[in-house]
Amino acid sequence: MSTSIEHPAQRAAPESPVQAALLSFLQSRTSTAWDVDVDLFADGGVSSLFAMELVVFVEQEFDVEVGGEDLVLDNFRTVRAMAALVERLREHARA
Amino acid sequence: MTAADTRLAVLGAGVMGTAIATLAIGRGFAVTLLDVDAGALERARRAVPQQLRMARLMGALPRGAGAGELTTTSAIYDLAGAGAVVESVTELPRVKARVLAEASAVVAPGTLLMTNTSGIPVDELADAVARPQDLVGTHFMNPPYLIRTVEVIRGPRSGDAAMAAVLELLEALDREGIVVGDGPGFVINRILQRTINEAARMVQEQLATPEAVDGLFTGCLGHASGPLATADLIGLDNVVDSLRVLRDRTGDAGYEPCELLLTKVGSGDFGRKTGRGFFDHRKAL
Repeated sequence: MSTSIEHPAQRAAPESPVQAALLSFLQSRTSTAWDVDVDLFADGGVSSLFAMELVVFVEQEFDVEVGGEDLVLDNFRTVRAMAALVERLREHARA
Repeated sequence: MTAADTRLAVLGAGVMGTAIATLAIGRGFAVTLLDVDAGALERARRAVPQQLRMARLMGALPRGAGAGELTTTSAIYDLAGAGAVVESVTELPRVKARVLAEASAVVAPGTLLMTNTSGIPVDELADAVARPQDLVGTHFMNPPYLIRTVEVIRGPRSGDAAMAAVLELLEALDREGIVVGDGPGFVINRILQRTINEAARMVQEQLATPEAVDGLFTGCLGHASGPLATADLIGLDNVVDSLRVLRDRTGDAGYEPCELLLTKVGSGDFGRKTGRGFFDHRKAL
């Protein structure tokens, strides 16, 4: 979070609709603007209990199922990681 | 005692019973979860898979295959084949005694009986069971599938075989049991509840703010959480109940719940679960 305050010029814009949807959900739930690369669970971020809410949001919003080896905190640590997971699961579903 | 040869019976599908079932299922044990309330069993059947996912997400339970089967029932005789029993019903000695008596009449002699409690002395319940030597105390932390250490209580009548069995079971659950003697509140709550009461009393006397009290414990002593944040997590209603159990059993006036705790409970500020206690949790995620 402090990164975005100290370096406003460096805040990365969402690079995909998935990232944009995730940023908008996070902002609505935390009343804070987030950067796609910020570690959500680092100091001052969200609690690990909120992580499960993120999993449920990702599954419902993007119609994917997160299980097995994908169900790890690192896949939900940043907006970029979550978006990459969604893309991977969607590709897998198409394959 | 391993997941392969032991069915675990959990009595009481409340917060702790359900989460203990999650832990055991996640470690491959078949679990029979018993409650008289069909609604509680229904809630537990929904909660266990969610808790399993949460624990796996946090890396606290193995991923993939190997989960045990959950069976729910309201019939005490369904416990007959259980290899070990965890009683985790409401924290009322009378209710615990009745449930333990029924369970001990159904299971085979030598079957480990655990009473999961945050402070009721094991020996108070030993008279209720058919074989007091089979009964030990366990105090799992919430949530038990995330917190590895368990306070294990050896009552004056707990037998060597039961003590060996409980430690073996905890090992199979990948938990670490720390054994202590019997008495009101055991170790954790005899110390913690007194500390919370004193911390609340200092806030009441305006000697320190909640932020100051907790800041000293985290900053100076390196505690992960201060006593008042811990109280908010436990629930201030539960704190007051525990303090009264300790006061009644020790006769020590230091456990008399202080005015500020009673006021907060009276106005429905129970801590994290209601959004406000010593701290405001409504925005925290």
